[in-house]
Amino acid sequence: MIRQNWWKILCVVLLIYTITAGFLGAVPAKDILNETIRNLYFHVAMWFTMMVLFTVSVVYSVLYLRTGKPIHDIYALEYAKGGILFGCLGLVTGSIWARFTWGAFWSNDPKQLCAAIALLIYFAYLVLRNSMTDMDKRARIGAVYNIFAYAMLFPTIFIIPRMVDSLHPGGMGNPAMDTKDIDPRMEMIFWPGAVPGWALLGVWITTLRIRLQLLAEKKLSHA
Amino acid sequence: MHKKVQLWFLLSLFGFIGLVGRAQDPATGKPVEMADRLRANGKIYVVVAVLLTIFAGLIAYVIRLDRKIGRLEKGGK
Repeated sequence: MIRQNWWKILCVVLLIYTITAGFLGAVPAKDILNETIRNLYFHVAMWFTMMVLFTVSVVYSVLYLRTGKPIHDIYALEYAKGGILFGCLGLVTGSIWARFTWGAFWSNDPKQLCAAIALLIYFAYLVLRNSMTDMDKRARIGAVYNIFAYAMLFPTIFIIPRMVDSLHPGGMGNPAMDTKDIDPRMEMIFWPGAVPGWALLGVWITTLRIRLQLLAEKKLSHA
Repeated sequence: MHKKVQLWFLLSLFGFIGLVGRAQDPATGKPVEMADRLRANGKIYVVVAVLLTIFAGLIAYVIRLDRKIGRLEKGGK
């Protein structure tokens, strides 16, 4: 198999652009937010990356249920783990940001709570898998649960945050991109730079884990 | 004469800082504290350099890991 490298180079270039332009580019002057508005390129991009990885994961879970090929289960599991990593980073970075804009690391804000619930549902996916020793059963029940976990993302991070008022920007609206707060100069860094850059990094790290997992499986079958 | 020059210098300096440091929130019209002077001093480049260095280190690590796994995959065949 020929490994394609161009997207890894693209990932590095996009992230260098994001870091450089993210700090040197002009941003709107806002009270309370001040320079922390630049966190958009890092904190919000974590959630976008999480969604990309969870989406790939659920596609492989559906594929596993349709075909029964063990490799699809490995892909689904590793993409879910990657998504959990970026979700945790999103939660922690959001918490740090909240400390200096809302006044506390955790304010039991609806968006914070829902994001935490969404991640807990994914933690349960890992626990559930490891509670079963039978490989087929583990993969099949894991795949079904993964679809449920993905479905739960929609109420927890897309619907409820739009329905209730909160401290987070975009209360009663889009939680990620409030057009009142950001301007086209920031969008030119966020959409072409930060979102694809971080998403590609997430995919890169996940593919490394998948390849390692496949090597381990091969070693087991040869031993 | 000397004092007059000093006063003029100070006034223009304050004026300059006021000009550079005045970023206003268009919604409320209130002046907002931004890192304008930090950038004027060029110090923000230090942060960018540090971050790029950390990023370069992490990416180098990931690339090495990628190569290592690649070698293992070849050796296994």
